Amino acid sequence: MSQPESAVADAQAGGRSGQEPLAKLAKRYGLRRAIARPRFPVYLRQLWERRHFILTYATSRNVSKYSSSALGQLWQVLTPLLNAAIYFVMFGVILGGSKDIINYPAFLLTGMFVFTYTQRTITAGAKSISGNLSMIRALHFPRASLPLAYTIQELQQLAISMGVLLALVVATQEWPTWYWLMIPVVLLLQTMFNIGAGLVIARLGATMRDLNQLLPFITRTWLYASGVFFSIQDKVVKSAELPQWVANVMYLNPAASYIEWMREILIKTYRPEFGHHPPTMVWVSCVFWAVFALGFGFWYFWRAEERYGRG
Amino acid sequence: MAELTKELSQVNGEKPAVPGKDVRVHPNPEPSGKRPLDVPTGTPTVIVDDLHIVYRVYGAASDNEKGNAVNALTRLLRRQGRPQMKEVHAVKGVTFVAYHGDAIGIVGRNGSGKSTLLRAIAGLLPPHKGAVYTDGQPSLLGVNAALMRELTGERNIVLGCYAMGMTPAEVREKYQEIVDFSGIDEFVQLPMSTYSSGMGARLRFAISSAKTHDVLLIDEALATGDREFRKKSEERIRQIRESAGTVFLVAHDLKVIEETCNRVIWLHKGKIKMDGDPKEVISAYNKG
Repeated sequence: MSQPESAVADAQAGGRSGQEPLAKLAKRYGLRRAIARPRFPVYLRQLWERRHFILTYATSRNVSKYSSSALGQLWQVLTPLLNAAIYFVMFGVILGGSKDIINYPAFLLTGMFVFTYTQRTITAGAKSISGNLSMIRALHFPRASLPLAYTIQELQQLAISMGVLLALVVATQEWPTWYWLMIPVVLLLQTMFNIGAGLVIARLGATMRDLNQLLPFITRTWLYASGVFFSIQDKVVKSAELPQWVANVMYLNPAASYIEWMREILIKTYRPEFGHHPPTMVWVSCVFWAVFALGFGFWYFWRAEERYGRG
Repeated sequence: MAELTKELSQVNGEKPAVPGKDVRVHPNPEPSGKRPLDVPTGTPTVIVDDLHIVYRVYGAASDNEKGNAVNALTRLLRRQGRPQMKEVHAVKGVTFVAYHGDAIGIVGRNGSGKSTLLRAIAGLLPPHKGAVYTDGQPSLLGVNAALMRELTGERNIVLGCYAMGMTPAEVREKYQEIVDFSGIDEFVQLPMSTYSSGMGARLRFAISSAKTHDVLLIDEALATGDREFRKKSEERIRQIRESAGTVFLVAHDLKVIEETCNRVIWLHKGKIKMDGDPKEVISAYNKG
C-alpha cells in the first residue's frame, strides 16, 4: 500500500508551482515569522514579565551551588571571610601594608569586597549565554534574563559579603555613623553598572569563545589599576611623581570610583580633607557609569537577541 | 499526482478535508497533493518555506590538524579560520504546511535533521535561508534544560513553570496537577538527582506539558517511562490536538508515532523523503 516514491517527489516539487507562494499564504492567515526581534520597549516589558523566572533562577543557582558540600550555605559566609584573611595576611602582614594609610585593614578589605562584586559579576556574565546554550535552544524567553539572573545571584551573595565586611570594619574600630545610610546608594549604583557590564560581556562571550580564557588577565589588570591594595593618589602622584591628571583618570575607572566612595563612607581617617563625602569627581563618575552602562548594556545585548541560539 | 493521494486516502476510509465553520477559509482549500485529508479545518498553523539551517560546530577537528600550539599559531599567522569550526548543513530546503489539529510525526535516522527542524519551527534557530511562519508561539516540550538536578522536585516544578513563562498564580494553580500527573508522590521533596530515569522523565514531561500550547513540539519525550505513563502522555497529546492545536512529535519508537499522529514526515539527510499517511510512510521507512 506504500506510495511510489516518485509520486511523493513529484507532489513536493510540483505541489506548489502554480499555487500562491507560501509567504503570501502565511500573510493571508496572519502567520508571523518565527524569528523576529521585538522592538526595544517591548523587549524591556517582556523582560519585566519574566522577573519571577529571573529571581527564581538566581536563587536556585545559589542553592544548588553549595548543595553538594557538607557545610552547604555556610560557604556563602565562609568564602568572603577566608578571602579577607588571605588578603590581610598577604598585604597587611607580609608586605607590611602602607605607612601612609592609617587603617590599612579596613582600607584593603573595603577595596577587595567592592571590587570582587564587579569582578564576579563580569566573570559569571561572560558564561551566562555560552554556558546555557541548551536552555536557549529549548525555551523562549528574553535572553537578557540570563545575564540578569547571574547578576542577581551575585547580588544575593553580596548581601552576605557586605555583612561580613561591615563586621570586620567595625572590628578595626570604625564605628557606624549616619553616613552608613549611603551604603545602599553606592551598592545600587554599582549594581546598575554591573548589570550593564554583565550584559555587554554576555554578548561578547556568546561569540568570542576565547574570552573566558582571557578574562582572568583582564580582571587582574583591572584589580591592580583600581587601587585595591594602594592609594592611587599616594602611589601615582607622591611616589611616582606623575601629574595629578593621571591619578584623576585612574579614579574615573568605575571600579576605583565605587571603591573610593565606599572607603569615604566607612573609614573616618581616609582622605580626611573630604570628610565622609566623596570628591565631586568620584560621585559623578559613579553615577555616570551606572546610568551609561545600564542603558548601553541593555541596548547592546538586545541588538543580537535573535542570534544567541546559534552558538 | 494530487488525485492519486486523494484516492489512496479515500480507499483508506478517511474523510476528505472539510473546511471548519469559524475559520477564514478561502474557496480553494489547501493543495492536497502531499498531505492526508483527515484534517478538521483548513487553517494553516505552521508554514515552513524552503528552510535551510546551517549549524556551526566547534571542536570537530580532523586527525591531521588536531590541535597543538604550533599548528594553531601557523593558522593564525596565515589568517586561516579555526579549522575546528565546521558548518553543518542540517536542514536542506524543507517545505510543508501544517494545519490546525494536525499531529505530525517526524521520522528519520540519527542526524537526519529532525531535532534541528523542530528547533527551527520553535524559532530557536535562525534560518540560513527560507522562513518559518507560525501562528502564535510554538514551544518545544523541553523544559529539561532549565531544571537543576541538585534541587528538589518541588523547586524544579516552580523553576520550570517560570521558565516556560507562567505567572505566580498559574504556578500555584498547576503545581498539584503536575505532581499528580507525574505520579512521583513524596519524591517531590527529594533532589532530582535521586530520581530514577523514568521518574525524572515523568516529572519533566509533566512540567513541560502543564502549559497550554498552540503549537507543541515534542522531541523524544515519550521514549521513557513505563507503559502506564506512556498512555497518560498519549492522552495528553490527544487533548492538545483536540483543543485545535498542532503537535509535532519526533520519536524513534514508530509505534508511538503510528498511534498518536495523523501525518508523518520522513526526513532523510535534511530533506523530506516522504510526507503523508502514517501507515504508508512508516512502512516505506521500515523498508529502508
